[in-house]
Formats: sequence, C-alpha cells, structure tokens
Amino acid sequence: MSKIHVTTTVNGDTVEYLCEPTETLLDVLRDRLNLTGAKEGCSTGDCGACSVELDGRLVSSCLVLAAEAGGKTVATVEGMAKGENLHILQEKILEHAALQCGVCTPGILVAAKALLAKNPDPTEEEVRFWLAGNLCRCTGYDKIIRAVLDAAAEMRGA
Amino acid sequence: MNMTKRLRKTEGFKIVGTRPQRPDGIEKVTGRALYGADLSVPDMLHGAVLRSPHPHARIVSIDASAALEMPGVRAVVTSADFKKQAKFFMQDTLDNCMARDFALYDGHAVAAVAAKTRKQAEEAAAKIRVEYEILPHVTEVEDAMKPDAPILHAGRSYRNIPEGNNANVTNYVEFGHGDVEAGFKDADLIVERSFKTAATHQGYIEPNACVASMGPDGRGELWVTTQGHYMVRDFCAPFLGLEESKLRVTPSEIGGGFGGKTTVFLEPVALALAQKSGKPVKMVMSREEVFRASGPTVSSWTDVKIGMTRDGKITAAQAKLRYQGGAFPCGTIALGAMTAFAAYDLENVQALGWNVMTNRPMQASYRAPGAPMAIYTVESVVDELSQKLGLDPLEVRLKNAAKKGTKSSYGPTFSDIGLVATLEAAKNHPHYRAPLGPNQGRGISCGFWFNFGGNSSVSLHVSPDGTVAVTEGNPDIGGSRASISMMAAEELGIPYDKVRTIVGDTNSIGYSDTTDGSRVTFTVGIATIKAARDAIRVMKGRAAKVWGIDEDAVIWEDGAAKPSGPNAGEFPPMTMEEIARNAFKTGGPIAGHYEANSDGAGVSFGVHLVDVEVDPETGFTKILRYTVFQDAGKAIHPAYVEGQMQGGAVQGIGWALNEEYIYGADGRLQNPGFLDYRIPVASDLPMIDTVILEIPNPGHPYGVRGVGETSIVPPLAAISNAVSRAADVRLCELPMSPPRVLAAIDAKG
Amino acid sequence: MRFESPATLEDAIHLLANAKGTARVLAGGTDVLVQMRLGLVTPDLVVDIKGIPGMRDITPVDGGYRIGAAVTGAEMGEHAGLKALWPGVVEAMELVGSTQVQGRATMAGNLCNASPAADSVPAMIAADAVATIEGPLGLRLLPVAEVPAGPGKTTLTKGEIITSIFLPARPKHSGDAYLRFIPRTEMDIAVSSAGVSLSLGPDGMVEFARVAIGAVAPTARLVEEAGAALVGTQLDAATLDRMMAAVRAACDPIDDKRGTAEFRTKTAAVMAKRAAKTAFARAGGKS
Ligand SMILES: Cc1cc2nc3c(=O)[nH]c(=O)nc-3n(C[C@H](O)[C@H](O)[C@H](O)COP(=O)(O)OP(=O)(O)OC[C@H]3O[C@@H](n4cnc5c(N)ncnc54)[C@H](O)[C@@H]3O)c2cc1C
Ligand code: FES
Ligand code: FES
Repeated sequence: MSKIHVTTTVNGDTVEYLCEPTETLLDVLRDRLNLTGAKEGCSTGDCGACSVELDGRLVSSCLVLAAEAGGKTVATVEGMAKGENLHILQEKILEHAALQCGVCTPGILVAAKALLAKNPDPTEEEVRFWLAGNLCRCTGYDKIIRAVLDAAAEMRGA
Repeated sequence: MNMTKRLRKTEGFKIVGTRPQRPDGIEKVTGRALYGADLSVPDMLHGAVLRSPHPHARIVSIDASAALEMPGVRAVVTSADFKKQAKFFMQDTLDNCMARDFALYDGHAVAAVAAKTRKQAEEAAAKIRVEYEILPHVTEVEDAMKPDAPILHAGRSYRNIPEGNNANVTNYVEFGHGDVEAGFKDADLIVERSFKTAATHQGYIEPNACVASMGPDGRGELWVTTQGHYMVRDFCAPFLGLEESKLRVTPSEIGGGFGGKTTVFLEPVALALAQKSGKPVKMVMSREEVFRASGPTVSSWTDVKIGMTRDGKITAAQAKLRYQGGAFPCGTIALGAMTAFAAYDLENVQALGWNVMTNRPMQASYRAPGAPMAIYTVESVVDELSQKLGLDPLEVRLKNAAKKGTKSSYGPTFSDIGLVATLEAAKNHPHYRAPLGPNQGRGISCGFWFNFGGNSSVSLHVSPDGTVAVTEGNPDIGGSRASISMMAAEELGIPYDKVRTIVGDTNSIGYSDTTDGSRVTFTVGIATIKAARDAIRVMKGRAAKVWGIDEDAVIWEDGAAKPSGPNAGEFPPMTMEEIARNAFKTGGPIAGHYEANSDGAGVSFGVHLVDVEVDPETGFTKILRYTVFQDAGKAIHPAYVEGQMQGGAVQGIGWALNEEYIYGADGRLQNPGFLDYRIPVASDLPMIDTVILEIPNPGHPYGVRGVGETSIVPPLAAISNAVSRAADVRLCELPMSPPRVLAAIDAKG
Repeated sequence: MRFESPATLEDAIHLLANAKGTARVLAGGTDVLVQMRLGLVTPDLVVDIKGIPGMRDITPVDGGYRIGAAVTGAEMGEHAGLKALWPGVVEAMELVGSTQVQGRATMAGNLCNASPAADSVPAMIAADAVATIEGPLGLRLLPVAEVPAGPGKTTLTKGEIITSIFLPARPKHSGDAYLRFIPRTEMDIAVSSAGVSLSLGPDGMVEFARVAIGAVAPTARLVEEAGAALVGTQLDAATLDRMMAAVRAACDPIDDKRGTAEFRTKTAAVMAKRAAKTAFARAGGKS
C-alpha cells in the first residue's frame, strides 16, 4: 500500500503531502497539515463541523478523499481572517455571542461565507436551510442566524 | 462606605449586565482554539477500544496475542491493568470504562490497544479474541422490573427497597408531605396517566478525546475535554494507583458537555496504555462510540395522579417514577422525585421513585439530570386537568405556584423565588394572547432546577502594569470566562478589558468541583468577587503604607484607593496602576485568592410558551413560536444567559419531538449516529425569544442564580401540551415522533 | 486500497473490469466514504470518475437534458433550463443531504447506491429517465427504474459505469414534483416519498401521468394504477382518494427505526397526493 503524493492549494498556499488512499481531506488537514480548525464531529457527513470549500464549493471534508484534492483549492476557517482583520462574519458571530462551546463555529463560518458569496441577501429561512447541515448543540441557532443576517446586511453595505 | 452595599450589590453595576466580547472569542472564530482532539505531541501513539457487540455476556477469556503481533502495536490493556476500588461507585465507574468479567451493554469496552496509527490500533483491536458466554439481556425499564428479568448485578440494592422488587431495582426514594388519599377525596376531578420517556443523549458535537502520558516515576499528564479536570483526576489517580498531585490534568477547550463530560470513559484507558507503552497516547471516540458507550440519560416510566377542585386548586398529587439508568446503580431517580412537584405549593403530595438497572450504558448527567422527565409528567396532567375543567392553564399554575415560604414537595422551605413573577411575565406577554390557526395549539409548562454551589478556587494576580490575570479551575462551557472577568472588573472598578481569565490545570489552582449544576457563574463568581476583595485589601494596605495612615482609613472606589474622609488625610486617589507599579517597593507582588465552599445557590424557575402546528395527515409537528421566561437572579452577561435559555429550550424540543435511543430486540443500539439520532437542525426552528427576569438570589453578592439547566426542563411538557391541544388527543409518550402522533390521531377516529 | 482517477472512460472501465476484490466507482463519495468509514465496505480499488471528460456536463439533447454522472446536486440546482423543464427531479436531488452533501452528491450515485429511500429515484422514474451505461461490452440504455435490484444492489455488471442520465423532452403543460416525508425538515432519510409527473390535454384534464414511490418497498417503484387514476381528471377529491388507495396498495414496506410499515404506507399516499397537486399546478392546471 503505497502513499499518494498530492499537490494542492490550501488557503492560498501551495502545499504538498503524502497520504494513504483511505485518508480523508479532513484527516490530512488536521493530522498532516496541522490545520485543526476544521473539526471532526461525526466523520459521516452529518454534522458539518468539518466544512471547507473545495474549488469554491462548500463540502464536508470528512467526505472527500485526501487524494481527490490534487490540483484543487481548499479554503478553511484558518484562511478567513486577513492578518489582524477578522472577516465580518467572524466579527458578527462574536458580537452576537453566537457561540457557546465554539466547536461548531469554524464549520458555521465556512458555510455562511459560502452562502453569502452565492446569495448576498438571504432570508432567515434561506439561512436556516443552508446551515441545516451544520449542527450546533449549544445555541439553539437563534444567535447564529441573527449574526449571519447581520453580516449579510453589513457586507451589502446596508 | 455603606457596608451592606459592599456585601450585596444588586444595582448600580458598571460592567455586570453589559455584553462584552468573550476573552476566548478570537481563538474560537479563527480555528486556533485547541479542543480535545486538536493536540498532538511528539512520538504519540493512538488508542482504539474493542467493544462488546453483545448487550450481556460473561467474558470467558481475552486473548490479545494476535493483536500484539500486528504492525505498530505497542500495548494492550484490559480490566486487569487497573487497581481494584474499595468504593462501589468508584469500581462501577472503572468497570464502565473497561468491562471486568461481564460485558453489560452493547458498546461496553472490553480491551484497548495503542499503536503507531489509529488505523493500526483499530485493526489490532479487531484481532483481539474474546470468548463470550452470552447471557439474556433486558433494555427496557418495565421489562427489567419483571420478576423473571435477567439480573445485571445481584446484591446491589439498598436496604429500603420495598418487597416484591427484583435485584435490578437498586434505589428507592420517597418525598412529600400531607395525606394524598385524603386530598384526592376533596378533588372535583382526578386525572391519572402513565407516561414514558426515551433515553436521550447530550449530543455534544465534540466527541470525547484525550492525550495521556506517563513517566516511570508515576508522574502523569492528561490533556482532556472535560467539564471537570479535578473530577478526572479523582477517578484516574486511584484507578491507576497514582498520587493525585503527580497526575496533572489540563482541560482543553470543551466542545459541549451538558453533563455528559462529568465522568470518565477514555481517560483511565489512555493513561493505562501510556503507562504500559511508555509513550503518549491519544484517544478520540468516533461518533458511534459516543452514542454507544458514553453516558445517555435515563429513560422513564411514570404514573401521575393529581386531583383538582372545580376552580383549579390542586388537592393532592402523587407520582410513581421508575428510571432505568443503565448497567450500574444510579441515584438520578432522587432528583426526579424531588423536582416533580417543585413548582407547586401543595398540602398533600407524594413522589415515589425506583431506580432500575438494564443492559444499557451507565447514564450520565444531562442538563438538570432527572428533572425534565419528571416535570413533563406532572405538567402534562396539570394541563389536562385545566383543559377538562375549562380553566386557563396559566391561571391554574399561578393559583398553585410555589412562593416564598412554601414548604417544597422535597422538604425545604423556599426563600426568595421567582416563579410567580415568571408566570406573570408569561401571562402579560403578547405571545400568550396571539391568535392560533387550525391544527395549531399552545402549550405551557413550568420548570425547576435546584442549582448547585460547592467548591471552586480562584486566584487573581495584579500584574505590574495594573492589569489583572484571573486563574480559575472550572472549564468554560459557554462563556464563563467572560462573566468571571466581568465580575472581577466590576469589583475592582477597572475596565473589562484589563482583566483576562484563564482556566488553570489541576496543579496551578486549587481544587474546583466539576462545571455542572449551573454552579460556575454562581460559585466561581463568589470566589472571584472575594478574591478581588482580597486583592483590594492588599492594595489598600499598600496605599496606607505609602500615605502613612491607618489601613482602615483607606477605601476603594472606581479602581483606586482613597482616604476614607478628611480626617484620614488629604491625598489624591492612588490608582490600581500606580499601586501595581510600585508593588515591589511597597511589599511585593499583589494577588488575591479565594477558595469557595458555597451553598445558597438559589433555585431557579422557568416558564416556556410554545405554539405548534400538527399536520393531521402525517403527525409532523412544526414549532411556530417559542418564548422562554426565566429567573436569572442577576444576568452578568445577558447574551450568554439568553444563549443558555435558547440552547436548553432547543435541546428540550429535540427530546420532545424526535430524539431517542432505539434498542432492537437483540439489545443493540440501532441509531448511533446523527442521521437517526435526530437533534434539531437550524431549519426545524423559529427564533427562540427570551425574557430574563432578575429576582436576586440572597446567596450571591450580585444576586446570581444558575441559569444553565432550568431551560431544558419545561420544553417536554410545553410541547406535549401544545401538540395534545393541536391534535385534540393527549400524548403521553416521548418522543412525539410523527408515527406516534399520527397513530394517536388515527386512534381517536 | 488503491485509488485511481483515470482521464478516460476506457481506462475507468478497464480498471473496474479487471479489478480483483471489491471495486467502487467514486462519484461524489457521499455514500462510498460513509460506508468505508462505518466499515460496511472495504474496497480494494476506488475509481474516481470526476476527471473523465463529459462527466460533469449538463447537455441539452433533443429537447431534454443529458446529465453527466459526476454532475452534483448543487450544479443541477443552478441550471436554469433543467430546473424549468424538470423541477421535480431537480428538487428531489436538492433534497439529498445538506448543502455540504449537495456540493458533491450525484444523481447517478444516488441511483447506483440503490437505497430504497434514495430521493432522486422516484422522481426520475416518474420522469421516465433513462441511464446510459457503458462497460466492457459497450453501451446500453436502461430505464432508471430497472437499475436498482434491491437494497444496495443494482443490475449493473462488472466493469459497467453509468455515464449519464437522460431526462427527456416533454409536452407543453407538463409538470412534475417530488415530496418525501422526514421527521425533521432536513438531514433525514426519506421515510416515504413520491414523485409525480403529468401532462395536461388541451381541455385542461390530465392526459398522462406517472406516479412513483420510494422507501416503501425494496426498490422505488412505478405505480401504474395511481398514474392511471389521475388521467382524465382535474384532481378532484375522489380522484385523489383513488390515487392514494392505489399507492397504498403498491406499498410493501418494512418496520424499522425510521417508521412503522403502517406509517410509511399512509404517508406515501399523502406525499403522492401533495406531489400530484404541485405537479398539476406546475403544469398550469386549474381545479
Ligand atoms: C449526511 C448525508 C445525508 C444524506 N441524505 C440523503 C438524502 O436525503 N436522500 C438521499 O437519497 N440520499 C442521501 N444521502 C446519500 C447520498 O448523499 C446520495 O445517495 C448521493 O446521491 C450519492 O451520490 P454520490 O455521487 O456521492 O455517490 P458515491 O458515494 O460516489 O457512490 C454511491 C454508489 O454508487 C456507485 N456509483 C456512483 N456513481 C456511479 C456511476 N456513475 N456508475 C456506477 N456506479 C456508480 C458507487 O460505487 C457507490 O456504490 C446522504 C448522505 C449523507 C452523507
Ligand atoms: S465530521 Fe464531517 S460532517 Fe461531521
Ligand atoms: S456552540 Fe457548541 S455546538 Fe455550537
């Protein structure tokens, strides 16, 4: 069983890794690239804690083989803030106290960012359905939804 | 200076009651915060657990020889690698972590392996040969109480168990006062119902995880996601025969616990593997392992009988509660029997409870453990009585509500409590009068939780630049570092951003009880305020020394020492920054500390209002509107108080509608994943409105009551009452999943 | 396990046809990776088909659309033409999993995974969709209904790959719809489901209708009697009752953790009724 050599782009940087064929993108991000922002809540696609963007598409990184990432671009929560400047979504999540334990937060942020890129002016219902695959057990979602709607408004300059 | 105001402050706050950003916020939104599974250390091994596929079996033999020969394998442990415990509770907890002689439920750990990679460890675990002698099993409470039921352990029953119970019944409790039989005679209407609730899981998103290392000198290090690192040490040190202070336990950031991380599962196993292999060992549960082998709640079977007069006065109330708490004895039944009628002022009340063992995982706490399923049954019957008597269900509750001076159903007499005010707030809220459409119903329920006090340590260090570092010993599960910083800043009279609070490991701060019982903002709050006062005392002394006046002639105001009056002398205020800067010249570093051993936590009540719509063709329930009313005593950081109210409500919604442990006839758990263990998702819910009431708790300097747990108590009955009214048929079993609701609708004809 | 991502269809077929042990096609992987993770399959070979030219295309053909086997649910939802022609099929595919799953899951994968509860399958059967299958012996076309053989089993033979699925053109005044019953609003597997496709005649009456049901039998199935019941009507109450009775008669479900047989049967009929009304309205029907 030989390892696979993969070259890919993560948060704008070219990275290379060797992986087992059965390893997932989540395994590689966390265990080989030391990017532990994406969390493993289930490893079966049910919780969204491992959300990343792959070539601009929101995916669960636990459901992507690491070998598939070759030649693609991966964006994780670690790439959201630009230097000292938080992304507006990050600011709004903090401002609205939209996290308690915070373990779902990286996945929610990545998912919400993908939503606002596609739909800058979502309704509450659209936000709720878009985020239905991001489980949060602490907040009851209320403050998360408010934070995303508020961030959307601010990003539209409203 | 007004001394009473100093000791108890309920108004005039500068920082308390505002909504600043939490100190750990940036780490958490950037992905930098380290949770249980996020730590890796050099030369680390990975552990995997072999679990019993049988719900009940005698372990005849374990042969690990093939596993030990697998590539990368460094150690295998079984129950033989742990020290025998003298106390039942300790031995039970250890046996739950690693089966000794008997596998008692599907998923019970039987052996564990450490290897170079997780995959190697898993493959090796699968190669361990266990010979089982399969025994008959039982998973349901009503079956486990039958005379011919398979017995989990003989000889574990307390002596007060009434005749006629088998050995699975371990605990029996009785609470109440008055004469219920006489009371029932005075009733105009009696409703008697039998209820069932399924076992649920805390559903924390972060699986249990830890990294352990052990030296040959008996010194150990444990990094772990837990609600209580001292608790982890309390268990692990004796399990491995270590001295407590030699085992340093460091809590990671915790990705949810809700009571589920108030005990140990992997931790002693990881330490044993580390001890045996001489290398650090990381262990992380899969989601399936979390469901099969951590600690879900009890499931329950309860009969309730309540009598009421035509005008809504309860004359007598009785409950018989039976909880199954899994494979070992457990005392949660007492909490259920105590809370069942706590919201009422009753002359005649009786609550009886039985704990029953079954072939399921040992239950763990889940937010107000034991209370939701008890109060659900009582609040359902009160609602049905109100409905049948044509009375407003809220007025009926007001009429019978517990208040200051009420002798509670579990014994003590209540002091200042906020139930009536909370009910009044619900009554006056527009939600209560809003019109309902077809197939819609409104439900209401009260909820109650004791709240705990207990032990916590805080040390507060004044840095040379006058900023403050607070170290406390309670893992932060929902923003408590913010509230603690706020209380320190408030007391010291300095800005919030001059204080930073961290959670220390077991060797860097004094003992602290687990983060549970809604106790942290209360108890750590007391310790923080008193530690701040301790530091203020020191700083006043320093100012007195510089000014050459008596210490008693110095007061502390707005973050500065001042002479107490013209007689004390004419000096300009000396700020904390100045005092800190000169500390080395005036007597050395400045710190304050306090080790709390508190009671007076102050019970808390909540009232929930919910509107639902039931689809008569499918039995599907949609939550239309939800409002939580709760007494917080004093909301230090209101946004995080609201968060607790919302989060608890939504967990309760899940419990009411869809969450359940489903065991097959084979005794195996059928739904160990988030696909079929259905916790609420964002699209299932409306916004959860909150109304915080502040009826100060006399037991806390700022009036704080715990807020974390009460909010999961009312949703079960509130939703059941709403569904029952919407569908025009009484539902008496949780969850009210669509098949169950549709069957009830169809049965009504 | 060996991982391959061939650049041509020939290579993919060759790899699969000559594989020893267990081989799996990898499209979106949302079933394959879960099954690997839970230890339900341990493939010796995984062949990623996403790099094969044409697999990711939605192509207009003869007034219908050919959907490449690697096209994701999200891409289908973003295709205006496809959505206008077969809104029911697109909505069925969009019900599959979360937004994250949508970014990967394919309709061909949904079909080949052969779950009785697969969401897109009843909608495709109602739409009379046809799968293009290529293998060592060449190309064949197979109606979608004939691909699943039972839970987890298909009629594909060793080395065969579905390369695309064809959704045909349809007359004016046509509509389709798909509905499923789940206990939550998202993230559940269908407890029962129904897809309906119908066309109206010049008189505004249903001229042609197909009703298919899912999660109530070992495979999704077409209920001819249910479709026939709708023909010549404007979906009056009595018609819908007849259609629902036909649906219930065609159900052969199991009792399991997701629902009792009785519940599945009842709700399948309710889903069919509601889907029929939506399809009728989409076709421009007035009752
Ligand atoms: C969280 C979650 C939620 C889900 N929810 C739903 C749901 O609501 N409804 C639903 O129906 N499903 C659901 N699924 C299952 C899954 O997402 C769908 O079945 C999906 O459509 C599968 O497509 P895929 O491309 O990911 O398939 P893959 O996993 O790539 O493949 C599935 C199977 O089909 C085979 N296969 C794939 N493509 C081809 C081909 N072109 N030719 C031959 N064989 C092929 C594979 O070998 C494999 O056996 C869910 C899955 C997850 C993880
Ligand atoms: S870990 Fe990937 S979805 Fe849960
Ligand atoms: S904040 Fe804890 S899971 Fe979302």
